[in-house]
Amino acid sequence: MSTPFAAAVLSSSVLSGTSLLYATLGELVGERAGIVNLGLEGIMLIGAAAGFAATSFAGNPYLGIAAAALAGMAGNLLLGYVVIGRGANQLAAGLALLFFGFGASTLIGRPFMGAIVTGLPRLALSELGAFDLLVWLALPAALLLWCLIFRTRWGLALRAVGEDPAVAFAAGRRPGQLQYQALALGGLLGGIGGAHLSLALAMTWDEGMTAGRGFIAIALVIFAKWNPLWAVAGALVFGAAEALQLQLQARGADVSPFLMTMIPYLLTLTILVFWGWSRRSAAPAALGRNFFGVE
Amino acid sequence: MTGASPLLEARGIVKRFGPLLANDVAAFAVTAGEVVALLGENGAGKSTLCKILYGYYRPDAGEIRVAGRPVAIASPRDARRFGIGMVFQNFSLIPALTVWENAALFLDDLSWAINPAELCRRMRRHADRLRLAVDPRLPVGRLSVGDRQKVEILKQLLAGARVLILDEPTKVLAPQEVDGLFRTLAELRDDGYGLIFISHKLREAMACADRIAVMRQGRIVGTLASGEAGEATLLGLMFGDAPPLPSGSPLAPQSASGEIALELDGIGTAPDIGAVTLRDLSLRLLSGEILGVAGVSGNGQRELAEVILGLRRPSGGAKRLWGEEATQWSAARIRGRGVASIPDDPFALAAVPALTVRENLVLGSGRRYRAGLGFDWPRLVADMDASVARLRFPPLSYEARAAVLSGGNLQRVVLARELAHDPKLIVALYPTRGLDTRGAEALRGLLRRSRAAGAAVLLVSEDLDELFAVSDRLIVLRDGRIAGTFLPATFRAETVGPAMVGTADAA
Amino acid sequence: MPRDLALALRSPAALAVQHRVPRAAAIALASLAIFAVLLLAAGKDPFRAYRDTLLYVFGNAYGFSELLVRMTPLLLTAVAVALPARLGLINVGGEGQLYMGAWLATAGALGCPDLPAWLLLPLMTAFGFAGGAIWALLPGLLRAAKLVNETISTLLLNYVAPLIVSFFIFGPWRSAESASYPQSPAFVEAARLPSFFGTRIHLGLIYGLACLALYGLVMSRTRWGLEMRAIGGNAEASLRLGIPVAGYVIAVMAIAGGIAGAAGMAEVSAIQGRLVAGLSPGYGFMGFLVAWLAGGSAAGILAMAFLFALFSSVGDILQITQGVPYAVVNLLMAVMLFIVLGQRRPSRSGA
Repeated sequence: MSTPFAAAVLSSSVLSGTSLLYATLGELVGERAGIVNLGLEGIMLIGAAAGFAATSFAGNPYLGIAAAALAGMAGNLLLGYVVIGRGANQLAAGLALLFFGFGASTLIGRPFMGAIVTGLPRLALSELGAFDLLVWLALPAALLLWCLIFRTRWGLALRAVGEDPAVAFAAGRRPGQLQYQALALGGLLGGIGGAHLSLALAMTWDEGMTAGRGFIAIALVIFAKWNPLWAVAGALVFGAAEALQLQLQARGADVSPFLMTMIPYLLTLTILVFWGWSRRSAAPAALGRNFFGVE
Repeated sequence: MTGASPLLEARGIVKRFGPLLANDVAAFAVTAGEVVALLGENGAGKSTLCKILYGYYRPDAGEIRVAGRPVAIASPRDARRFGIGMVFQNFSLIPALTVWENAALFLDDLSWAINPAELCRRMRRHADRLRLAVDPRLPVGRLSVGDRQKVEILKQLLAGARVLILDEPTKVLAPQEVDGLFRTLAELRDDGYGLIFISHKLREAMACADRIAVMRQGRIVGTLASGEAGEATLLGLMFGDAPPLPSGSPLAPQSASGEIALELDGIGTAPDIGAVTLRDLSLRLLSGEILGVAGVSGNGQRELAEVILGLRRPSGGAKRLWGEEATQWSAARIRGRGVASIPDDPFALAAVPALTVRENLVLGSGRRYRAGLGFDWPRLVADMDASVARLRFPPLSYEARAAVLSGGNLQRVVLARELAHDPKLIVALYPTRGLDTRGAEALRGLLRRSRAAGAAVLLVSEDLDELFAVSDRLIVLRDGRIAGTFLPATFRAETVGPAMVGTADAA
Repeated sequence: MPRDLALALRSPAALAVQHRVPRAAAIALASLAIFAVLLLAAGKDPFRAYRDTLLYVFGNAYGFSELLVRMTPLLLTAVAVALPARLGLINVGGEGQLYMGAWLATAGALGCPDLPAWLLLPLMTAFGFAGGAIWALLPGLLRAAKLVNETISTLLLNYVAPLIVSFFIFGPWRSAESASYPQSPAFVEAARLPSFFGTRIHLGLIYGLACLALYGLVMSRTRWGLEMRAIGGNAEASLRLGIPVAGYVIAVMAIAGGIAGAAGMAEVSAIQGRLVAGLSPGYGFMGFLVAWLAGGSAAGILAMAFLFALFSSVGDILQITQGVPYAVVNLLMAVMLFIVLGQRRPSRSGA
């Protein structure tokens, strides 16, 4: 492999992986609090559409990011309301959010389809290359999230809620409130993940443009063992799979893109089997209330 | 310590749960530098009183004073702020979090940014005193039960407790850990803490407490200094001068027919997470006898029952039922041969709460009630009615969902099902756990009647008195092995106890 | 017999239905109302769309038949969820199982083009069932061996199946006819499930109704149904009572996958006539929601599938008459779901 090829793949991986990383981090926070969100794909779509619409309307991509973040947060809070406030089944609620995302994003994005927007500008902040702001902020975001989860009082309480809400309650924490906060933060990150697609990668809005990335992110959270730092590695790996496939295709190589896209899912499944075999589940014990338990 | 007001004092505490008077305590106090044992039978109100002191319940009347000042305790958090800590039987620990994280969770004064090194340093003093020698960065799930209990105590100490309440702390400990606990309590006492030790075991109370307060039916009926108290006095206080006699003489008539119902020959099981490994276990159970299985909970009793019932495959050795090789038989096949199972928790282990009583009764009956693709319900109902009549139970409400039944009623349903067809082998695993005295006695009577009818009964129990009253022979399980066999002549705590506890093995 | 019927109508199950129907109707109407508001905000005319839909669906035999066509896959994918749910298993892999059923059925169609219909169609049906069954078997085995929870394994496999299908239609099965839009060659006439009455209603509807009826009967009348409910209610106790829990887990997952696979076969054989990439607009997930809304009851599944099909028609009408993308109808379904989810339910039934 020549250096330009490797560099192209790396650069492409980083670009592809960024939206995945934000989405993964968003899902991770929620799952640490014990709530699994199958509708992450929907949140990303809402973020992508809202971001694109706001940018097209206001001419400012940073405003678009803000709009996407808010829209994502709103979506997650809707999930929060039915799951926390009303005790609804998390899987059904997640799927409802998924459908909601498909529908709402189409409704929001449709008037702006085909519009030309000034996407996020690429900034050459270091000699590693010229990437947009969200890429530069991705790694710091993961680090910050790690500190938040593992080195703050809020993070400790959050993890306690995700493991055993009864014990957290006995310790004087409020599980419901913490879960809402986690979902809000998660939705914010998920929306940003979607915005990166429409404002930096594709610079357009199309129905269903997330193409399953939300579900890959859900798998990534498991792959990363609910740890933001591993999520960076995972997003890079999964981003690389996509990038490699694109670059190979561009060079006329005959590798089926479909087989490559399968790899993340099969890899995650293999890892899960291995965990099951070695009885090493790192999942928060109260996640989804029996979502990940095997007993 | 004289002169100083008690660390914690309760006066005139009254608590009712509906019609039940759980507590009516005129006075109870603990001073600094003493261990007070709260002794009483199950249901005497000890836990309730302490839960009131710890803020879980609000009393209907009465006041609590801390260091002489009346206080209002509305929640465990309030209690902790007043320096009261409580260690329950089920620890409120999160297995996935580390030791220091579990402790930090309960601190009220935790800063928003956490510094693990500093927290570990704060914990070190208490940890050393408790002889907790584990790395605080280990997840709690990896610690032994005894160590976990120490973490639980450490949590409370770190949160500033001066009074520590321990609810039946020895229940989950292995015998060698009990001594360690008593030593720790003595050291804490010497450091000026006030300790309340809830127990229903007389000997323990006498061993570790300075003062013993005996509770019966919600009231404190006597407080004695440990030196003054004799076993007989305490027993009198606990049971009101009418201690329960072991019903049925220990030398019950032998109706053993000599036929070997169950034979285990060198049975061993493969190591399994969360289960005790059985090793080289051999026993014989005859028809018409009750074989008692004694031992501290968690030494293989559950696994033994599972092997007999076909729920756990032995990795070595042989199992024979009425002479037939049955080592690899499935649970269904074993049931079909007339083996009945009476477990300790019917809701979790013997019934499906969502189904009706009628549906629960037909489960596990194998081919017996099959009719085409469905079941022969009328025949089932007839058989169960007969069983219920034989057992002298009240009639069953067939269409009720099992979930709405009380524990006792559900146990009756399970018994009606299990004993309906005169099982030849009954495996009873802690069957009287959770039953009141009358219910427990009735169940023991049923087991005797089954024995008289020729069944072989294996009774696993934690209650030595129960085992002594009912068994024809007794074996003791320890570490997955049989540590001793006893005949009724030697049914004494002094002889059986050492086998249960054992000497420190180099295994 | 009238007396039995009268008793049946007073049974707890029937009373539950009689209580549920008005409630479900109210929820559906509320959802349509909220959706109307959203559409109005987007500058569209919802009432025209609703009116057009009703006219099309109920005033027109072909329109009604289209409704049934839409219902068909949902009946099957809903049973594919409801059946394992009785065991307490959560199967969100209907999508993937459907695709694999379609794939294997296509293999049958393309591989045996010379067989007569009365042989080829049962063969394809069997293949479709097998494809879905195998796809659900792996999660079933993993769950029975206590290695991986079936929710996550079926979810992950959901995304692998369409990729396999795409691989084949871009590769070995690529039809030479349409270079721009990859798909498999068209099936021979014998490989097409027959339609009825000059509409698109196809034999798949019979598959769906038969599966649903069987499901209802098995659960309520047979010992397998009782044992399954026992496992779902308390697996540990069932194990102790001698019920072969692991066997049920594996068998039921495989059967459920097979049912979803049959839905795939029906789609590919009756509707599409070839294997295409975008075979399912989320039938698997919709099946999950149908089963969940129905609380696992057969009658409920029928009703909910009908409702979803009706909503789906609204989507089509919106697209055709007002240029609103079909995908917007997902919003309508979501609104209804959120309304249902938002009600505090005193007792939980189903998933």
